[in-house]
Amino acid sequence: MEAHVATPGGAPSIFEGAPGARAADRVFRSVLTALALGILALIVFFFVFLVVKANPALSRFGIFGFTFNNDWDVSRSTYGAWPLLVGTLITSGIALIIGVPVAIATALYINELCPRRLRGPLTVLVELLAAVPSVVYGLWGFLVLVPKLKGAQQSLADTFGFLPFVGGHVAGPSYFIAGLILAIMILPIVSAISREVMSTVPADHKEAALALGATRWEMIRTAVLPYSRSGVVGGAMLGLGRAIGETIAVTLVVGNAPQIGKSLFDQGYTLAAVIVNEFGEAATDRLHTGALIAAGLVLFVLTLLVNAAARALVSRAERRQRATGGAVPAGAAAAARVGA
Amino acid sequence: MTGDGFAASQTAAAAGEHGLSRSPQTRRPLVAQAPSASARPTKAARRVRLEGLDAYYGDNHALRGLDLEFEPNKVTAIIGPSGCGKSTMIRCINRMHEEIPGARAEGKVCLDQVDVYDPSVNVVAVRRAIGMVFQKPNPFPTMSIFDNVASGIRLSGASRADLRDRVERALRGAGLWDEVKDRLAEPGIGLSGGQQQRLCIARTMAVDPEVLLMDEPCSALDPIATLKVEELLADLKQRVTVVLVTHNMQQAARVADSTAFLLDGELVEVGATDEMFTQPKDSRTEDYVTGKFG
Ligand SMILES: Nc1ncnc2c1ncn2[C@@H]1O[C@H](COP(=O)(O)OP(=O)(O)OP(=O)(O)O)[C@@H](O)[C@H]1O
Ligand SMILES: [Mg+2]
Repeated sequence: MEAHVATPGGAPSIFEGAPGARAADRVFRSVLTALALGILALIVFFFVFLVVKANPALSRFGIFGFTFNNDWDVSRSTYGAWPLLVGTLITSGIALIIGVPVAIATALYINELCPRRLRGPLTVLVELLAAVPSVVYGLWGFLVLVPKLKGAQQSLADTFGFLPFVGGHVAGPSYFIAGLILAIMILPIVSAISREVMSTVPADHKEAALALGATRWEMIRTAVLPYSRSGVVGGAMLGLGRAIGETIAVTLVVGNAPQIGKSLFDQGYTLAAVIVNEFGEAATDRLHTGALIAAGLVLFVLTLLVNAAARALVSRAERRQRATGGAVPAGAAAAARVGA
Repeated sequence: MTGDGFAASQTAAAAGEHGLSRSPQTRRPLVAQAPSASARPTKAARRVRLEGLDAYYGDNHALRGLDLEFEPNKVTAIIGPSGCGKSTMIRCINRMHEEIPGARAEGKVCLDQVDVYDPSVNVVAVRRAIGMVFQKPNPFPTMSIFDNVASGIRLSGASRADLRDRVERALRGAGLWDEVKDRLAEPGIGLSGGQQQRLCIARTMAVDPEVLLMDEPCSALDPIATLKVEELLADLKQRVTVVLVTHNMQQAARVADSTAFLLDGELVEVGATDEMFTQPKDSRTEDYVTGKFG
């Protein structure tokens, strides 16, 4: 680094910069390094804090027992997070199943099918969905969806009652309603990422498909979807992360019953919902507080796992593409970064 | 291959024969005509005739009343300076021009008797009958070599039983079989540029088109790869009518039976290739082929 390039005659080499510039560079670098380390420290501190606070519950029930025990009963001071974990997984699973296809369809419509003039307004409209506060979604779900969809839920339950976890009594607030609300909430992000990824599909490939005699749908299937798959999966994972962590909207419509519901249309509870509901009453009870924080830890780990899976999926797709000498779809990389 | 059908209403007989129609009724004769998949007859090359073809990009009038004919089983080269409308013209023939927002075409493009711009004609069928190879090799990046060639066949909904045979035949036809037969499952973009271009030719020829459009197919290739594609053309024209856009005068001289010279969206001159290069009738053609401008 310090090597100077001597020039004949002792004239200053063009490789020598002003010393001041180099000092500024050093300061700049140390400031950024400090900031980065600070963030790292914050995460570590955060994690340690959670573990310490959760300790009463974790040491009483054990990590495994706490996570997988199917019994959450405040009156008996028994805390097993399994019903909550299952509720979180069910509601976000429903959100994915309903939300992702709609998001992909929206992205395809905006990118490939709709008239050019509508493209901008439609994009804004979909993204506006993300601007609605989640408590408003929750209220709307509670006041509108729950009463209005009761009949629909019941008929669904009756019609498909032969399937496991579908038939039986419909409660009103339910996993299904919560999943539906979550689906709407993850729609903007999944569709925005899908749209971005799809817009990176080179015109070459689309024209190749069309010139082979592909219909519009066949063109989408041969050229657009395969190319953007990894990015879309990344976007879906990101949506999943959001659905898992969503609190207030779910709390309002999931029913808040700390048992595993018998069917999709039964009431349940989720990790995030239990924390926000019970935190007030738990203030004086160290074990209860610990249990809630431990539930937060489980949530944290779950989100980490989902994000890690998303990154792994996207980067595997990227590596495959790079190994074959192809360009990495820019959108996929973007999705991976956003998802991190 | 019943899906190939596209028929023009005004020439029902010819239409039935081509099967360019949307309607199942006019398609039916084609079904009878196509026997078992394994013994599919090779389709004949078709004569392509442009009649008063105008093309626009918004207000930009890119082609002005083009009249031009491409003989079956011949290679016709299109030459002309950059921006004169060669790509536009070739894209009008298989109706890819209209995929560009704001672009439109007027006039007739006849495939034998059938005007491909007739409202009763199915654009998908047109593109199946008129294959196209692009300037830049564009194999599907997520597909293997095999799937790339098979992609067009799969689109046409043909029976899958003889898929392997048809892929092999197409790759042989593109002179690529020996180079890739042991790596069919590898990605198409793992091939060299010249191999990729021949892969694209195989993909196009696999659906048995009657006309082959090539827009500067060698401009991204080195001389050896170029030579291979040129050798291929002599074979290909046994099966199809070839329209070749090229910037390379030597290439036109080497491979084309006739040559057309375009300037500013108009046809200046068309004739047998050797005449065009040795004794052109129009002074502008002479200036261009002798390198005075362009
Ligand atoms: N996508 C487009 N949008 C608007 N105008 C276009 C478009 N493509 C071509 N043009 C215009 O149409 C005219 C003909 O273009 P075309 O691409 O057909 O020329 P070309 O002969 O193929 O040129 P080259 O040899 O450089 O490929 C040009 O004036 C060009 O500016
Ligand atoms: Mg061109």
